[in-house]
Amino acid sequence: MSDRNNATAALADVAAEPGVAKPDPLLVADNVQRSFGGLHAVDVDHLEIQRGAITALIGPNGAGKTTLFNVLTGFDRGGSGDWRFEGKKMSRLPAHRVAHRGMVRTFQLTKALSRLTVLENLQLGATEQRGEAMFASVVRPLWRRQERAIIERADALLARFRLDHLRDEFAGTLSGGQRKLLELARALMVQPRMLMLDEPMAGVNPALTQSLLEHITDLRDEGTTICFVEHDMDMVMGTSDWVVCLAEGQVIAEGPPQAIGSNPAVIDAYLGKQHGAPPAEELTS
Amino acid sequence: MDYSSILTSGVYGALGPVAIGYVLAAIGLNIHFGYTGLLNFGQVAFMLVGAYGVAISVSTFGLSMWVGVLVGILAAAVLALILGIPALRLRSDYLAISTIAAGEVLRLFYRSSVAEPLTGGVYGLQRFGDDLLDLNPVPPGIYEVGPLAFTARDVWLMSVGWGLVALVVILVYLLIHSPWGRVIRAIREDEEAARSLGKNVYAYKLQSLVLGGVIGALGGMVFTIHQQSAHPDGFDPVVTFFLYTMLVLGGAGRVFGPVLGGLLFWFLMLSFDAFLRELMATGYIPPEILVPSDVGALRLALVGLGLLLLMAFRPQGILGNRREMVLDVR
Ligand SMILES: Nc1ncnc2c1ncn2[C@@H]1O[C@H](COP(=O)(O)OP(=O)(O)O)[C@@H](O)[C@H]1O
Ligand SMILES: [Mg+2]
Repeated sequence: MSDRNNATAALADVAAEPGVAKPDPLLVADNVQRSFGGLHAVDVDHLEIQRGAITALIGPNGAGKTTLFNVLTGFDRGGSGDWRFEGKKMSRLPAHRVAHRGMVRTFQLTKALSRLTVLENLQLGATEQRGEAMFASVVRPLWRRQERAIIERADALLARFRLDHLRDEFAGTLSGGQRKLLELARALMVQPRMLMLDEPMAGVNPALTQSLLEHITDLRDEGTTICFVEHDMDMVMGTSDWVVCLAEGQVIAEGPPQAIGSNPAVIDAYLGKQHGAPPAEELTS
Repeated sequence: MDYSSILTSGVYGALGPVAIGYVLAAIGLNIHFGYTGLLNFGQVAFMLVGAYGVAISVSTFGLSMWVGVLVGILAAAVLALILGIPALRLRSDYLAISTIAAGEVLRLFYRSSVAEPLTGGVYGLQRFGDDLLDLNPVPPGIYEVGPLAFTARDVWLMSVGWGLVALVVILVYLLIHSPWGRVIRAIREDEEAARSLGKNVYAYKLQSLVLGGVIGALGGMVFTIHQQSAHPDGFDPVVTFFLYTMLVLGGAGRVFGPVLGGLLFWFLMLSFDAFLRELMATGYIPPEILVPSDVGALRLALVGLGLLLLMAFRPQGILGNRREMVLDVR
């Protein structure tokens, strides 16, 4: 795996401390909070996500990673805070507008649209479709050409993700790993600037995991900013340019992957309290 | 026993104006339930406002029937917005509850003495279809097709009715096989996924509710215009239950599902009716067991049983695809 790339290099001089400023942030969030009753599921003072980099969001179960994703992407409107995307205010936008602005998320529990075909799943991802307006939809000539262009783009992505042989199958017939690939390909149809992937590797077999990781780094190299949630430290080590660790809703550490692996606060959050602090090597190996 | 008269009764039922009206309403329900996944348990409310849109415009205000048709369509659209704007923001069960309630509230209001000056209350309204009947180009006489016989009036109204069904089916086909249809089917599968891809799910659900509601209103108009009589008690909750049975029988989420389901449903209903009456008339069923006035109730119970069996053994309906049905939706 390539050790040093542009994104890692750009972050080389950034201090490894929570809430640190990045040289070229795409997303800047302040005071993001979400509580359920008395539980502060998310309480992030300041967080910046570097443009063009892969940022991994780690943290033990229940740390608030999914909730943070939900709030930032407009799926959970019960939170508060201010966040800007490409310098423009994004807080309080509804989910579909967030997607239009270029921030597209996937789900921890994959959401394949079962009774749509694989191709239709991808076609749905294309934005600004004329045929999606009710009155225009019945006049085929208004959207036929655009539809053809969308199918071409979808076919290219299906080939890239090796799903082309499943093109006309119902998405509900796909295996768990194939669904993860499908969801990623579908998100790409939106042509996002930033992808928010919630546990993209969960429940995927090792061979497919490897290919998913390669897809993710390829996307980064093509200029897409990626933020993904992951449990497994090994994945984070090999793939990410920067790691943010969340515990009990707060950012307790961030830094390059090597530094995070040996950060005592992270080890503590992950293992210390629950498992009686096994040696740190186990974590970084 | 006269089997051919039993079968002809069924065929009359399947082709007749009531079946046409119900088929249209079921096509509307198919957009809601079959394609968008909206739980509308009050489709009858849309039929009611459509029918009374015509009846009130003509019989109460002396307007042209065509104005009445526009009024009925508009009333259905407004009803969809009133129901959908609050309920479609909430979980799907809220729409189910508010549509059931709307159906009953509207029926009781239309039959109340408060509304009587407009709606005729429990007496209903009559003779509002003359504008359509006056256009009848079919020369008077009796038209026979095999054992069936139709008046010129029947031929005209059935042609208009089934012509309307054909137009609506084509419209639905075009809608569903378009990117718009793709979005509403995606919402049926998982609305959060649709939202994550930039679709304004709320707006699409509202559009679907309005469209299916307006088609339901057309259904209500068709059979009341044929009967030249609108009566509030013809719009009780059982109507929606019949519509679901037709839809599930033919196949929900299939363009022809409600048409085929409707034809079959009314054929079975009315031939069963005729069969029972025949048994009673010939004395096979003695009056101690069953009298003709019980047939309606028995028929209702049998529809319920039929729906149960259908859900248990062929939930995808006649046109549905078993493989598609068993895919886990979430
Ligand atoms: N809808 C909800 N209602 C109540 N509590 C919730 C809800 N969603 C999440 N939580 C709680 O918020 C905390 C963070 O959850 P989550 O964001 O799913 O964690 P993670 O994704 O990091 O595992 C957990 O304690 C969880 O139980
Ligand atoms: Mg999670």
